[in-house]
Amino acid sequence: MDTGDTAWVLTSAALVLLMTPGLAFFYGGMVRSKSVLNMMMMSLGAMGVVGVLWVLFGYSAAFGSDVGGGLLGKPFEAFGLSGLLGKESLFGTIPTTVFVAFQAMFAIITVALISGAIADRARFGPWLLFAGLWATIVYFPVAHWVFDFDVKDADGNVTSAGGWIANKLLAIDFAGGTAVHINAGAAGLALAIVLGKRVGWPKDRMKPHSLPLVVLGAGLLWFGWFGFNAGSALAANTTAGVTFINTTVATCTAMLAWLLVERVRDGHATTLGAASGVVAGLVAITPSCSSVTPVGAIAIGAITGALCALAVSLKYRFGFDDSLDVVGVHLVGGLSGTILIGFFASDAAPAAVNGLFYGGGVDQLWRQAVGAVAVMLYSFVLSLGLGYLVKFTVGFRADEEAEVSGVDEAEHAETAYEFGGFSGSRGAGKVSAAAGASAVLEGSKS
Amino acid sequence: MKLVTAIIKPFTLDDVKASLEQLGVLGMTVSEVQGYGRQKGHTEVYRGAEYAVDFVPKLRIEVLIDDAAVEKVLDAVVEAARTGKIGDGKVWVTPVETVIRVRTGERGSDAL
Repeated sequence: MDTGDTAWVLTSAALVLLMTPGLAFFYGGMVRSKSVLNMMMMSLGAMGVVGVLWVLFGYSAAFGSDVGGGLLGKPFEAFGLSGLLGKESLFGTIPTTVFVAFQAMFAIITVALISGAIADRARFGPWLLFAGLWATIVYFPVAHWVFDFDVKDADGNVTSAGGWIANKLLAIDFAGGTAVHINAGAAGLALAIVLGKRVGWPKDRMKPHSLPLVVLGAGLLWFGWFGFNAGSALAANTTAGVTFINTTVATCTAMLAWLLVERVRDGHATTLGAASGVVAGLVAITPSCSSVTPVGAIAIGAITGALCALAVSLKYRFGFDDSLDVVGVHLVGGLSGTILIGFFASDAAPAAVNGLFYGGGVDQLWRQAVGAVAVMLYSFVLSLGLGYLVKFTVGFRADEEAEVSGVDEAEHAETAYEFGGFSGSRGAGKVSAAAGASAVLEGSKS
Repeated sequence: MKLVTAIIKPFTLDDVKASLEQLGVLGMTVSEVQGYGRQKGHTEVYRGAEYAVDFVPKLRIEVLIDDAAVEKVLDAVVEAARTGKIGDGKVWVTPVETVIRVRTGERGSDAL
């Protein structure tokens, strides 16, 4: 065990956890004031449900011994993390429990990301049900495909087989362009279709109620994302350093590229555009941060920032109400970052693979494309099925009256903002006197 | 007595208030309101989608004055609130039957 590595991964796990409340702010600021609490509660709810499932059987399903074909780990092999708590239980140079904790946060935020597609209209209970089902049937297997590497002994023999994308296809996905972003993006598209459009969309444009909250969220996401990407080195080493700097610079260029598209197309560089560009850049560099140089990261950030800025308009053309652009940012950004590895990978980076632009031919490119498309199709089809299952059993959507008056009040019996109001005046508390006065007024009317 | 109601651009409030004070007007009520006239609304863009904002933020000022002060007050408000561009607002006058100061019970002009 290495104490430096362990300290860094523990820290990274806490950083990644913070991304989910950060996402709650990012998404919450973008919805209307009458549904900000419901939006935030979908993130908090994902933390609750997925955290528990991860410890019970999720970790085993993702990282347990392969059941065959690299498709799934044995879900009950380490049920409740049994057998992983001793000093001898190591994952590389860190205690297995530290790795379990780090990966738990990935499972949580992937589920939370989906919720942006169904803003303003989802019921909370059915969302929790969907979150648990989706984590179990979609995320845990896909995490196994992508993140579970074969464990080999000193002679190179495989002692514990992992997932097919990581070990057979050999697609590069360092921190989850496929497993997290394409996965959540495709599920978001499916749920936007299952739940349908909001009342009045797209005729009534529903503008964000608090851009400062969006910026706060984007800041927390960027901060936490250093744990996501540099923490995925699972060590305090060179790979962590390279991925950290790539995560920084790709995000910078993606933000600038998004703003440039807005300035040219709409006339103004917007705050929402900057915050969205930040997230698009973070999404794109997630799979690619270990395999490109900082110059490659600049290119990937710029391409993806511009691409996503254009992609968020697709929903109007195709008529699906992906309310907060989970498709335009996470699916498109994830596809972009994953596939651009095939062009920009450089053997100067830790992954030591050359892409098309660095003389490596198309070998890595097709592997990236196959991995990306496989995850997208698996997630979309199963998310559609799970979404309809929830819809036709317990119902997924709030009724129209609740949606129009505000899903916060209908689902949570709360409203987000109280501006002054009339409470606390001299008459407060004199209930009987007030009641008496109104009785006199009523009497005078008759 | 008269009630003068003015809808003005928010940034002209300080000028309007200062010129009313110069005339000896001792109070006013200000509310934040939204509306549209010939100026119509404006357009905002979020993630590339245009949003028509129909109602423009304005301030509504209400002052109670003596009949004799009406013309001077109107001139002062109009001059202070005018920028010469569309959307400067409107001012109108309505007759007031009576006014009572809550603290003392004074009525009419004494309550102004």
